Amino acid sequence: MALVEFRGVSYEIAGKPILSDLSLRVEPGETLVLLGRSGSGKTTALKMINGMLFPTRGQIFVAGKPTTEWDPIRLRRRMGYVIQEVGLFPHFTVRDNIGLVPKLEGWTPADIDSRVDLLLEKVGMPPADFRTRYPRQLSGGQRQRVGVARALAADPPVLLFDEPFGALDPVTRLELQQQFLALQRDFKKTSIFVTHDVREAMHLGSNIALLAAGRLDFIAPPREFRNAVSPEARAFLACLEN
Amino acid sequence: MRSDLWGEILRLTADHLLLVVNAMVVAIAIGVPLGIFLTRRPKARPWLLGFANIMQTIPSLALLGFLIPIPFIGGIGKRTAIVALVLYALLPILRNTFVGILGVEAAVCESAVAMGMTDNQLLRQVQLPLAAPTIMAGIRVATVTTIGTATIAAIIGGGGLGVFIFRGVASLDTVQILAGAVPAALIALAADGGLGWVERKLSPV
Repeated sequence: MALVEFRGVSYEIAGKPILSDLSLRVEPGETLVLLGRSGSGKTTALKMINGMLFPTRGQIFVAGKPTTEWDPIRLRRRMGYVIQEVGLFPHFTVRDNIGLVPKLEGWTPADIDSRVDLLLEKVGMPPADFRTRYPRQLSGGQRQRVGVARALAADPPVLLFDEPFGALDPVTRLELQQQFLALQRDFKKTSIFVTHDVREAMHLGSNIALLAAGRLDFIAPPREFRNAVSPEARAFLACLEN
Repeated sequence: MRSDLWGEILRLTADHLLLVVNAMVVAIAIGVPLGIFLTRRPKARPWLLGFANIMQTIPSLALLGFLIPIPFIGGIGKRTAIVALVLYALLPILRNTFVGILGVEAAVCESAVAMGMTDNQLLRQVQLPLAAPTIMAGIRVATVTTIGTATIAAIIGGGGLGVFIFRGVASLDTVQILAGAVPAALIALAADGGLGWVERKLSPV
């Protein structure tokens, strides 16, 4: 059974279509990249998976149940969420930022501490140096590492990424992409990853869904994606050549 | 005569503080929850902010005049004066609560919601702590203004340092005017300094 499935999903704002008749499946353990230009509807699609938005038509099934039937709080706590602006709480330490969902879920402080330390190790930040720092005392790359650790904190089966590395310098971006792949191997999560960077899509995705003007243009694993013939796919693939 | 004046200054200063503290407690108890309510109900914004704005534009003497004939809250004395002071103090508190909460970085609120915080958790754990300095700034501005405005309470028998000022104006007695104005100014300065300190202490980052 697909962990996440879009069935004929459309979304409109004031009659203006943002997504049209989108159907796709995300199998457990895969990394689906939603690739598209700005305004192609990829972030909207992502936000519908954890019930931040709901389809105007069609349904999204998470673990076999439509998002409209999930308690939104329960649904969201089963999904990690990482965005480009990171969105760390500026008044929380690194430890409290990462430990937020475990705390909301009622973990004991000792369990939270050991989970936070484990995750800081995993994202390459020595816990002793970092757990008591505040976000303003971190670099952009470190903040995003904490953002990824925070998403993994309560061990959710699904992770949602919205252009998480878009604001980082190229070197840091590559480091975080490598780390993403390493974490993916370690934790075997199901990820849905939004990006407009075709290089990133080819590097990280096990499956790539290309969105154009709110429609699914093409969906295939990276190897096959190279041979795509649609004009939009060719336009993205052209970016690889320079 | 001298010691009489000092005694009366002390008594009326205490009286003045009573007016201000009462008015501020009520204004905060109404203004902060109402400001939070406005962040949740966009449709109520023009109505409530409009009402608070209009209250501020009514000249203070006229406002007292309007309040006197109203049953329960009107009449002569402290209660009417406090009602008028509350109406004046409301706008800065309401507006700063609302602006402070909406001013919390969108990405921070979006993350909080996406991680499965309830609206109540979002408000208490994220929005209020981050908006606290802005809310406190509104309370500080309202307090300082109220300390000055409270001098008009004397005209409807509400007491306070305005008693000196109105008496001094009526008898062209500068000493009496200063006996009211100087303590009022000192209280305002002290309140501004003290609440400014609290504001900085509340800054979460």
